[in-house]
Amino acid sequence: MIIKNNTIVTDDWSVLRLSEQETAETVAVPAGKIIVPLKVWQAQRGNLQRCEAIGVWLGTDERAEDLKGDIEKFSVIAVHFPKFSDGRGFSIAYNLRARLGYRGELRAIGDVLRDQLFYLRRVGFDAFAPRPDRNIEDVLKGLADFSEVYQHSIDQKLPLFRRTQRKGNPATDTA
Amino acid sequence: MYRYDEYDQTIVDERVKQFRDQVRRRLAGELKEEEFLPLRLQNGLYMQIHGYMLRIAVPYGLISSPQMRMFAHIARKYDRGYGHFTTRQNIQFNWLKLEETPDILADLASVQMHGIQTSGNCIRNITSDEFAGVAQDEVVDPRPYAEIMRQWSTFHPEFAYLPRKFKIAISGATDDRAAIYAHDIGLSAIKNAQGETGFKVLVGGGLGRTPIIGSVICEFLPWQHLLTYIESIMRVYNQYGRRDNKYKARIKILVKDLGIDEFRRQVEADWADLENGPGTLTSEEVDRVTSFFIDPPYEALSDYNAKLNEFQADNRPFSHWMAKNVKPHRIPGYAIVVLSLKKPGEAPGDATAEQMDFIADLADRYSFGELRITHKQNLVLADVRQQDLISLWQEAGEQGLTTPNIGMLTDIISCPGAEFCTLANARSIPLAKLIAERFENLDYQYDIGEITLNISGCVNACGQHHIGNIGITGVEKKDHDEWYQVSIGGAEGNDSSLSKIIGPSFTFFQVPEVIERLIHIYLRERIEAERFIDTVRRIGHAPFKEHVYANDFVAQEEHNNGCGVMSAQYDVPYYSPRF
Ligand code: SF4
Repeated sequence: MIIKNNTIVTDDWSVLRLSEQETAETVAVPAGKIIVPLKVWQAQRGNLQRCEAIGVWLGTDERAEDLKGDIEKFSVIAVHFPKFSDGRGFSIAYNLRARLGYRGELRAIGDVLRDQLFYLRRVGFDAFAPRPDRNIEDVLKGLADFSEVYQHSIDQKLPLFRRTQRKGNPATDTA
Repeated sequence: MYRYDEYDQTIVDERVKQFRDQVRRRLAGELKEEEFLPLRLQNGLYMQIHGYMLRIAVPYGLISSPQMRMFAHIARKYDRGYGHFTTRQNIQFNWLKLEETPDILADLASVQMHGIQTSGNCIRNITSDEFAGVAQDEVVDPRPYAEIMRQWSTFHPEFAYLPRKFKIAISGATDDRAAIYAHDIGLSAIKNAQGETGFKVLVGGGLGRTPIIGSVICEFLPWQHLLTYIESIMRVYNQYGRRDNKYKARIKILVKDLGIDEFRRQVEADWADLENGPGTLTSEEVDRVTSFFIDPPYEALSDYNAKLNEFQADNRPFSHWMAKNVKPHRIPGYAIVVLSLKKPGEAPGDATAEQMDFIADLADRYSFGELRITHKQNLVLADVRQQDLISLWQEAGEQGLTTPNIGMLTDIISCPGAEFCTLANARSIPLAKLIAERFENLDYQYDIGEITLNISGCVNACGQHHIGNIGITGVEKKDHDEWYQVSIGGAEGNDSSLSKIIGPSFTFFQVPEVIERLIHIYLRERIEAERFIDTVRRIGHAPFKEHVYANDFVAQEEHNNGCGVMSAQYDVPYYSPRF
């Protein structure tokens, strides 16, 4: 189960992770809907681009730009959070959306917890695979933490001051 | 000052609700401490020696009298009757219970306050000039821009989990009173030759283990681009700042490793996409926020000299106070008054609930109901009629708030230190008290003149010891006793410099004598009206060092009836949870 577009849905993608003995060049990518590490994509792109549906995931030490020119090829791009507090994934998502213009599914995987969900959605994630030990219904609640935000990001293209007519000081006429 | 509209209030109220649920989940065991930690930190909640410490944001140091009364209420209801004003223009309460913190935040929200981002690896509360809007040397009022940045940085989704904490300071006067060179980002609001407002942007300054003075990344950034340009700095830092080593994670290390030119290139490459984009500030928004910082209804007065002069002539304490604690105001007939929280014998920056209520009343009666907190841990009434100075002085004196020592040796900046802070190597506040008592004599202090003395209980430098003319730092030694390093030559403001250690460290009781010896050399060597810092710069460290170490120190037992180090003022539990 994952959270997608604000609801809990079943998921048929699996995530390929390299074990220590495996290398990106030689690992056998199983058939079916699979999200491969960036390195595997880079090493085996010739074969992988012929798959009907393929996904790729980035680690937080990798960069959105590594997928430049390729984003149309993926049905899903995921960002793996090794720790929820590793904030690089937020900028990776922002860059995938804002810089590379990626419009497909962007999924947060790894240490994905309730209290980061609101921010994750703001920077462009629309799918979340919460840590398996968590109650997914509880995690979903994180999306509703705030009803208003100040700054623009991916979900909200305009900052509050461009979206609304905010009042100035009632004691002056400038408002 | 700024007042919340329904958007600001909604955001803060929703934060309280979110935090209440996080605390509930923590107490129910649904959240592990390691998961709860960054959440509570982003609400200013630390686990300290006595329990939980809450740091409340005072945006750019400005508060109203009802807000000050709320601090008094919190001190009484949830704490032990006092609070501690910090070098970041915030206030901390040290004795709280976790279960009660959601209620405290709800109380704060009722007066438009919160603890948002006063801790944690995020953009912290923005600090500014304590005399903003009233200083004679102001070029641009920094407060509207500080408020605009406050809103922008509040819950910025991309920058909530940075490699390390991130501090922004802004100043708009010729004299820098916001230590902008010692911040991750320092902004100096200026006007160009055409009279347009912009910012000189500094990046990569900071104290802590590796003190560095910030470098100029942009000489003149037109005001429209303030937020987008900072966004690009943050994005480069968020991606490339080190995360493998906590001590190398601040932006200063990234800037140093890349070099300012390469760092600027990366920022500008990122910014190329944002320039003139939706994040660009509009004049409507700046005008809207500025409308909250218009002048209060000043009366047309002239500078009020005759009676004040007369009173000063007959009253030495008053004339001392006028000379040290009262600053010129840009409006004729008004003055800026600094209320000293540095009475010798008291903990620097501490105020009791009674004092807070009393100060709020003073603000209502004498200063349009507003107050400022200074980064030197004093309080400011920014708009006092000169004709009220005498009665203000008399009233404030009754609450011990008129010690005429602003900018003098006993105006000591001190972090909380070992009695409160789990990271400390040594106590700070008792040492500050000991030093203040030793130099209490005002004539002696005035003879010494302008000097700054900063104490930090460890290398984290919350007491900003690197930019004190004299800096004292608690250091770690194997024997677990308290040892202090003494450094000299630091300064803040326009001629910022970092202090250098003079030599081997000292015990608690040796430190006042060390300071005495440093002062001796200064008094011996100074030329005319030279300040301590000028003398240090002119003659260098060597004569100071030589004199300090020339003679042995009187054994500390003589001061101390043989009981070694004074016991802590409070019981320190044997288990001190480090975070
Ligand atoms: S300087 Fe060290 S001892 Fe003092 S408050 Fe900061 S962390 Fe604690």
